[in-house]
Amino acid sequence: MTHRLLFAAVTAIQLGTGAAWAECPADATGSVRILSNDFSALNAINERALSCATANLTVTANQTTQHTDLQVPALTANPAEYTVKFGANGSITALLTAGLLRPLDDLVAKYGQDLSPNQLIKIDGKVMAIAFMANAEHFFYREDVLAAAGIAPPQTWDDVLAAAEVLRAKGVMQNPLGLPYAPGWELGQGFVNLYLGQDGEFFQPGTALPAINNAKGVKALEMMKAQAGYMGADYLSWSSNAMPPLLEANTIAMTNFWGSESAEVLPGTEKAPTAAPFMRLAAAPAMAGYDHPATTIWWDGFGIAKNIPDADAEASFRVMMHAIAPELATEKPDLAVWLMKGYAPTPAAAGVIASVQGGAPAYPTVPYMNLMHTAIDGNIVGYMKGEETAEQALADAEAAYTAAAREAGFIQ
Amino acid sequence: MPHRTFTLFILPSMLAMLLFIALPLLSVVVQSFFVEHAQVLVQVETCDPFGCKTEIRVDAGAMQALNDQEPQGRFNGLGTYLDSAHLAVTELRAIWAGAPDMATGLSQTLNLPFYRALLFTLVYTVVVSPLSLGLGFLIALSVNVLPRATRGGVVYVTLLPMIVPSVIGALTLFWMIDQNGIIGAFLRWITGDETLSIKASGALAWATLFAHGVWSNAPFVFIVFFAALQTVPRDTLEAAMVDGASRFERLRLVTMPHLAPIATFLMLILIMDNFRVFESIIGLTATAHASSLSTLIFFALRGDTPLFGSAAATSMLTVICIFVLLLPSLRRARTSFRTKA
Repeated sequence: MTHRLLFAAVTAIQLGTGAAWAECPADATGSVRILSNDFSALNAINERALSCATANLTVTANQTTQHTDLQVPALTANPAEYTVKFGANGSITALLTAGLLRPLDDLVAKYGQDLSPNQLIKIDGKVMAIAFMANAEHFFYREDVLAAAGIAPPQTWDDVLAAAEVLRAKGVMQNPLGLPYAPGWELGQGFVNLYLGQDGEFFQPGTALPAINNAKGVKALEMMKAQAGYMGADYLSWSSNAMPPLLEANTIAMTNFWGSESAEVLPGTEKAPTAAPFMRLAAAPAMAGYDHPATTIWWDGFGIAKNIPDADAEASFRVMMHAIAPELATEKPDLAVWLMKGYAPTPAAAGVIASVQGGAPAYPTVPYMNLMHTAIDGNIVGYMKGEETAEQALADAEAAYTAAAREAGFIQ
Repeated sequence: MPHRTFTLFILPSMLAMLLFIALPLLSVVVQSFFVEHAQVLVQVETCDPFGCKTEIRVDAGAMQALNDQEPQGRFNGLGTYLDSAHLAVTELRAIWAGAPDMATGLSQTLNLPFYRALLFTLVYTVVVSPLSLGLGFLIALSVNVLPRATRGGVVYVTLLPMIVPSVIGALTLFWMIDQNGIIGAFLRWITGDETLSIKASGALAWATLFAHGVWSNAPFVFIVFFAALQTVPRDTLEAAMVDGASRFERLRLVTMPHLAPIATFLMLILIMDNFRVFESIIGLTATAHASSLSTLIFFALRGDTPLFGSAAATSMLTVICIFVLLLPSLRRARTSFRTKA
């Protein structure tokens, strides 16, 4: 149901009114300090924000993949180290938990005329963040390689494994699959995708107690190991940014990674120029017996720090309104699946939109999910390396999660 | 020196030690006894681009009030030390009560995160420290016999691993041991095994970490030994030569005894340093194969929900382990200094 809303939003927007030309707020004064993750779509937004700097207005941006480690301490300080924090549904939870973001209703009323209603993240009736893009890990494949081997585009993970087997048997590629499975966060995300792909529940209903050591958990792990069987032996050191070079080197023909990075493997990229013309994007494959893609959907947006002067908050919001103005979506439609008015989906958005349309669930937002994610990530390595059983790995993950959640006060 | 003068003389450094070593350590000890307050959870209506639903969120206002009242959190005593992420007392008892034999019990014990990390940390320290000492000593001996003109350049090159930041060294090695990297590809070629991967094999990953450890430690050992070699008494060496002592005998009977106190000192430093092994595991992206006590602390503090109590407890356990490890060296140092005096 929810996914249709997004799709409706994404498509309906094309019919929307002509985008208003949001100028930089020339009369704004104060200091705008942005903390964000580091990928191309966010970099484009930051560039637009930085262009608003004047003699009376300083704008700085810290783009780092370690942003989640910084955000809570940096925004707890008073005045906060940053005025604007970019976050996703997964990472903004920690800021809400600590009460470090300010409600934006008054600023939206004053300066938010370019926003469409589905961009407003409302919690308990108050606007706490503004979303600007949707994202998901989804399937990428080399159409030429698959077609030459007579393989139809895979729909399920079993199809992917079968396709990989054919490519191997025909001597096309020894290990045609590449997935970002480096421990740290991504390996855990691989499990989350396949577990939610079977409608698995991470927690016992109504509590923060873990509930992953079950048949679905085992099946998710077994699928991960089956996938690993068609990946290069180094796969436990592969992160998302290893995928474009692997595609370019003709090492792999199929992968599942972030839609926000699709521009890096599509025509115009410098990272995979020879593979790009043959790359096709599709929904994430499903788990057998389930009708929705085994992935999670995300929104990326920004919030404004609570511990800053109101004047800086206002300047920050106005600069951000320029940074994520509808014209960004029309000028750079390939960078992301934008949520702004006037965005027309391009081929680069096909995978995310297909995943959303297919009914992939949103990444869980319960405040103890990150502890669960970390515990899974750190404890399934032993199983992946063949050192322990799936049940043991899941039991270890549950134990690690329980210890952490108890210390964090979620379990008494 | 009169007592008063001496006191005044060391007062600044005592103050600095109190401020920068004792107090932070004390705060870590205190921290390790506390955990977060019980979270106040509420059901709230949340709307995002994907629709509206009721979700569980933390009541930030209520938590703020709790934290203002008791900023330290809830007192947990030794609870964090004993939980399954640290000493795992309950788990250990269950494992050893039910283990059919020693091997099963041991492997189940080493499956617990703290003991797994402790094992790697200990093996790393025990392997890397003596190897670094030996290699550094050999380099020092070799450089010492070089003609003076070439020494400067050789010393500089030898010190490179120390000059290059540890993480950069680890990253360089990381790419070299990739299946398509120079070492990885060479190993595949020489063994004829196309699937061989250093990064995939636990044993090879450990070996790589050890090698990186020795590589980055040796220069420090070398430069200290090299300096000490300049102080070996010439007349004793010459007297030994006159007595007909061979090169090896002079080394064993004159040089090595002279360097023994330095070696003890170096061993102390190396053990302390290596027990805190961290950068190489992160730099080599080897967290899949090895965890150390320091990486446990790092990961406890990372992410959205930092576990300060957990990190503090692991820190204290690390301090205790280092102290235990240093006991023999410390005793030796005391004996050797006393003999000298």
